[in-house]
Amino acid sequence: MRQILGSTRGRTAVLIVAIVALIVLVLLLGYRKNFGPEHYAQLAIDGIRGGSIYALIALGFVVIHSVTGIINFAQGEFVMLGAMLCVTVYHAELAALSPLSPPLKMLLAVLLAVAGTTLIGALLERFAIYPARNRRAPVVALIIITIGATIAIRAIALIIWGTRPYFVPAFTTLEMEDLTLRLGTLIIKAQSFWIWGVVAVVLVALALFFERTIMGKALRACAINRRAAQLMGINPSRMSLLAFALAAALGAVGGMVLAPATRPTYDMGLMLGLKGFVAAIMGGLLSYPGAVVGGLVLGVVENVGAGVTSAGYKDIIVFVILVLILLFRPRGFIGGGEQAVEEA
Amino acid sequence: MELGKQSRRSTYQNVVGIIVLVVAVVAVGWLEIVQPFGLRFRDLTGGMVTFDTLIRIGIFTIVVVGLNLLMGYAGQISLGQAAFYGLGAYFSAIMTTLAIRHDVLPVMSRSWWWPWLAILGGMALTGGFAYLIGRPILRLRGNYLAMATLGVGIVLYTLFREGDNITGGSDGISGIPRLAIGEGLKLWPIERYYFLVWGVAILVIIIALNIVNSRVGRALRAIHGSEVAANVSGVNTTRSKLQILVVSAMIASLAGSLYAHFQALVAPSPFGFVASVTLVCMAAVGGLASIWGALFGVAFVFVVKEVLRARMHDLLHGAGGEHELIAYGLILILIMIFMPQGVVQGLTEIYQGWKKGRQQTTRARDKTESSPRYQLIDESN
Repeated sequence: MRQILGSTRGRTAVLIVAIVALIVLVLLLGYRKNFGPEHYAQLAIDGIRGGSIYALIALGFVVIHSVTGIINFAQGEFVMLGAMLCVTVYHAELAALSPLSPPLKMLLAVLLAVAGTTLIGALLERFAIYPARNRRAPVVALIIITIGATIAIRAIALIIWGTRPYFVPAFTTLEMEDLTLRLGTLIIKAQSFWIWGVVAVVLVALALFFERTIMGKALRACAINRRAAQLMGINPSRMSLLAFALAAALGAVGGMVLAPATRPTYDMGLMLGLKGFVAAIMGGLLSYPGAVVGGLVLGVVENVGAGVTSAGYKDIIVFVILVLILLFRPRGFIGGGEQAVEEA
Repeated sequence: MELGKQSRRSTYQNVVGIIVLVVAVVAVGWLEIVQPFGLRFRDLTGGMVTFDTLIRIGIFTIVVVGLNLLMGYAGQISLGQAAFYGLGAYFSAIMTTLAIRHDVLPVMSRSWWWPWLAILGGMALTGGFAYLIGRPILRLRGNYLAMATLGVGIVLYTLFREGDNITGGSDGISGIPRLAIGEGLKLWPIERYYFLVWGVAILVIIIALNIVNSRVGRALRAIHGSEVAANVSGVNTTRSKLQILVVSAMIASLAGSLYAHFQALVAPSPFGFVASVTLVCMAAVGGLASIWGALFGVAFVFVVKEVLRARMHDLLHGAGGEHELIAYGLILILIMIFMPQGVVQGLTEIYQGWKKGRQQTTRARDKTESSPRYQLIDESN
């Protein structure tokens, strides 16, 4: 046993056996509920929708962690802020907004929500993280600052928006009822296409940003080796600011496309943030493609798992996966990124 | 030579600290029992901090001392400490209520020592559980324990909440009996329980201080200096970290059992993720790698919360619970900005600054800050 778990190859083998066992278990549970392939397909499609959001949140974790070493607990709150700001701007009854047609108003709401959240992320970095780092605070202190920010942001959101869930019109119809597309027995809401489309566009934009722009390259350089990057004339403090702003923007985009599909509340951030974090770990916490694949896999597994058992177990499935990954493949499922995990 | 002197001085300080703590605990307990001039403890604090809160501070101090050992000395964060705490609470609750209801071991389960046995059983269970998680995880360098305990914590919390038959679901388990020593001496009313909790807390502090100054403690400090160097000098880094993890989990379980017998009720809510995060905050606010810091961190967070609860509406008209939370979050941020090594060291520096003049403090601070004792992320990449 010890020998099997000791070697990487042994652990991978155990993991594959575990995955096969889990799939068999899922099929057995599904068989009891008389699930056919179309049920699984439906669950998987819905899972990919949730998983796309996890992917965006996970990217936010990766951006901040790779550049600064901080695990940003406020990442989920950025998602909540994106959704809530979007609702507020859309429903705001301002004289200046009234002549706008609903689609324009929606566009304005979306843009303002993302811009507002990005600003909040940048302010958090400048007024809390930056002064602490200037005083050479250890990384734990910086992580606790993000926890403090989470508590404060949630409380402010509670004061502004209360505990009730909000309704955001679907992007296609701009009404509560969304268009649904039927492919055989599959039902796909139009909002799902918005989510996939927006996530795809964001991913392409992000890839171009990291590959083609000086700023993106500087950010990557800072993630690979902070000190060397500094010697090359890159300002790490500015990169940290950029990382927080970027992570906040990614979270806000996720929140605002998700908003019509769920009913956003002030406390939606915690669970979304944690699941995004799990997705990031699945990808190794330092790899961007890993985070995206991790998010999608997590979304599907979670939804299928909850489908064959019961909705009450949805959360537990995610964290059981987290523990299994850490026990067997701590580098993450998908590529190790730029991190080297040393085994003692 | 220098080291020996230093360690003797710190032993002296610790002994004085323990004596001061014992005197303070006894004085407050005496005040509550005797109530001279009709004064009770809460009157001294303007009605803001109640006697109940003092017991809670004691229970949390026990947990945070363990967490502080793990975070400050083994350099590992646990984001599931509240679940270990919950494991102890639930184990005690189940053993002392369900066992009686279903008449398991009828003679034993009704005797006075059965709950004490349950406390020990809970500690063994929690320690074993921590061992199973820690053994594979701690072989890796980096923050993997934080992530694993995060997952384990949420899974355990969900089990507490969903395990209707055993854990009572979201209603929890009620009717947990009070502790007693022998047939006659019941550790209740609250004043007696206060002495039990603080007695245990002081004992845990003493044990922790001894661990820090023991072979394991020295090994852990060596790991902090440089893991590679410690490894080369023959320190088994994995085993040392694992030992501390198990000890801290057992301490958390002990505190959980004390909590269960204090409340006479356990429900899932105090054992969730937010509770684990609060524990980490308390440890960091007090200052990592400082056993006394744990006590101050817990007391500080509790007192700030209670004072905010009692006085917030005076400061801000119509302020409610949300405003307290905003203030709490902001205070947490400010402490971490201005006293990143915790309030104990932060206040010590301010005191030294006041004593020695400004110039020297800056030098002293630079000295403490340049040592990467609390570095959690390996920056050598």
